[in-house]
Amino acid sequence: MYSSSDRILLGSQRESRISKFRPWVLFVVPLLAILFQIYIPQFSKFMAYLDMPLLVTVYFSLMRRSAVAGTFIGALIGLAQDCLSKNPLGLYGIVKTLVGYFAASVGLRFDVDHPFIRLLLGFFFFFFHQFFAWVMFRALLGQQVGFDLQQTAVLGALNAVVALFLFHFLDRLRETS
Amino acid sequence: MDTLLSRYRNVTILVLVIMAQLVLLAYQVKSGSDVPLIRVWAVTAVTPLARTLEGARSGLSYFASNYVTLRDTTSQNRQMREELGRLKMENQYLRNELSTADRARALSVFQQHTQSRTLAARVIGAGAGVGSKVVLVDRGSTAGVQKGMAVVTPDGIVGRVMGAYPFSSQVLLITDASFAAGVVSQKNRVHGVLKGQGDANVKIDRVQSEEKVEVGEWFYTSGDDRVFPKGMPAGRVKIVRPGSPFQEIFLEPSGSQSGVEEVLIVLEGVHQQIPDLPVASSVIHLLPAPPPDDASGIDAPSSTAGPATEADRLRDRYKALGAAQKHTFGEGAPGSKPPDFNAPLPTATSPAASTPPVAAPPAATPAAQSATPRPAAPPASTPPPTR
Repeated sequence: MYSSSDRILLGSQRESRISKFRPWVLFVVPLLAILFQIYIPQFSKFMAYLDMPLLVTVYFSLMRRSAVAGTFIGALIGLAQDCLSKNPLGLYGIVKTLVGYFAASVGLRFDVDHPFIRLLLGFFFFFFHQFFAWVMFRALLGQQVGFDLQQTAVLGALNAVVALFLFHFLDRLRETS
Repeated sequence: MDTLLSRYRNVTILVLVIMAQLVLLAYQVKSGSDVPLIRVWAVTAVTPLARTLEGARSGLSYFASNYVTLRDTTSQNRQMREELGRLKMENQYLRNELSTADRARALSVFQQHTQSRTLAARVIGAGAGVGSKVVLVDRGSTAGVQKGMAVVTPDGIVGRVMGAYPFSSQVLLITDASFAAGVVSQKNRVHGVLKGQGDANVKIDRVQSEEKVEVGEWFYTSGDDRVFPKGMPAGRVKIVRPGSPFQEIFLEPSGSQSGVEEVLIVLEGVHQQIPDLPVASSVIHLLPAPPPDDASGIDAPSSTAGPATEADRLRDRYKALGAAQKHTFGEGAPGSKPPDFNAPLPTATSPAASTPPVAAPPAATPAAQSATPRPAAPPASTPPPTR
């Protein structure tokens, strides 16, 4: 495990290793995340507050450490989520594209294997996602939706904790070099 | 130029991807139309997976519950005497039958009684997105479902179909903030617009402050929206706050109170009358019909004693007349000629032959009754009593 003296910033370019995944992992994991989002909340409303597609987007973008890959991963997962929601196509697509891009950019500078960094990034990107989605709803669709700062912060913390465990599990699906 | 592009390659790609999606978004917002093909692909791809998951879950829970029941029964049989165990199980069975309403059976009964043509469907998923108020049901356009159709349960309205795909449909629940439907109150026939709030309650909008709406009053669909047939229960008033120019009325939706699992999609809606009587709030249990009396009983009238009342004599007379004219009651088509009830009785065949002839009103004959249109059944959607 990590001790308090562990570095959270990458010292050199060599440390920022790109994690590789088998193609089926890149396909099945996002699909399962989307299925989770549409299937599980009908049994537990609490589960509806978890944004699994977002967490998966953040994970793959962070670990791939490629802004282009992050952009496309975010766009595809976001569009798939749009297809299964009532929103116009592109709404979550744009938001998750930005999340993927910035997550990949962050992955180049931080040690994203560090649990604390993951917790922080999970919270930050959930907040970013919700805020940007709110902006899109108001600015592009003209819908008068509210943004509850306190609730978003609590849900961000919840998603961050779930992200910690989810990322740990997904680490096992990485290809070992 | 090449160097510039390669230097800013990441940002260029990001901008291009976002621009493409913005164009897609702008097209949909501007034209007000959707991109159905992409949604059809996505939903059709996900439907079999969701169906498989649901099948596995229900199978597993069925097995688990049966296993637990079996274990309980075995331990009971070990611990208790045979007679006590049998009575307990019987008691348990009857309690379950009384206290838990089987949703599928309720839907089936509702389907048989409602005048609208409906299609039973099962919820197999929820809409993607945090706090989504959209559900996915396992019936699609191949089963006749179309966009805009009403979705109900025996308890009340649930939502409307917002997208019909080959094997599944998306249903916008009445609790969604973008949902609206025309409603009318039961007592004073106050018209309003039911709107979702994004939470468990819904709001009735556009009710003038001088209109009278009481807490506990029921609201029914008015049929004005051309989606829901008139007379389906929407919910019961929970809060009424005065306001200007419109009152603030909050409703507890009746259709989704106990969760939405099985629903009915209204394929062809038939408007119904809004019930005038207050809705029953408790179960009224009726005993079964009493068994026929024993003919050998002391007080039982003898079956050979002949007609006891004027009505019995009339019935016997009509039966005899029908038999003499080879008419079978109940089989005449509407408009067909009824038997002549003023004709003389056949000689010495009827026990009521000595009865003076009585002119029978034609409408009272069974044949005429069958030809008369039946009065509209009370709204089958009347909110069922509390279970």
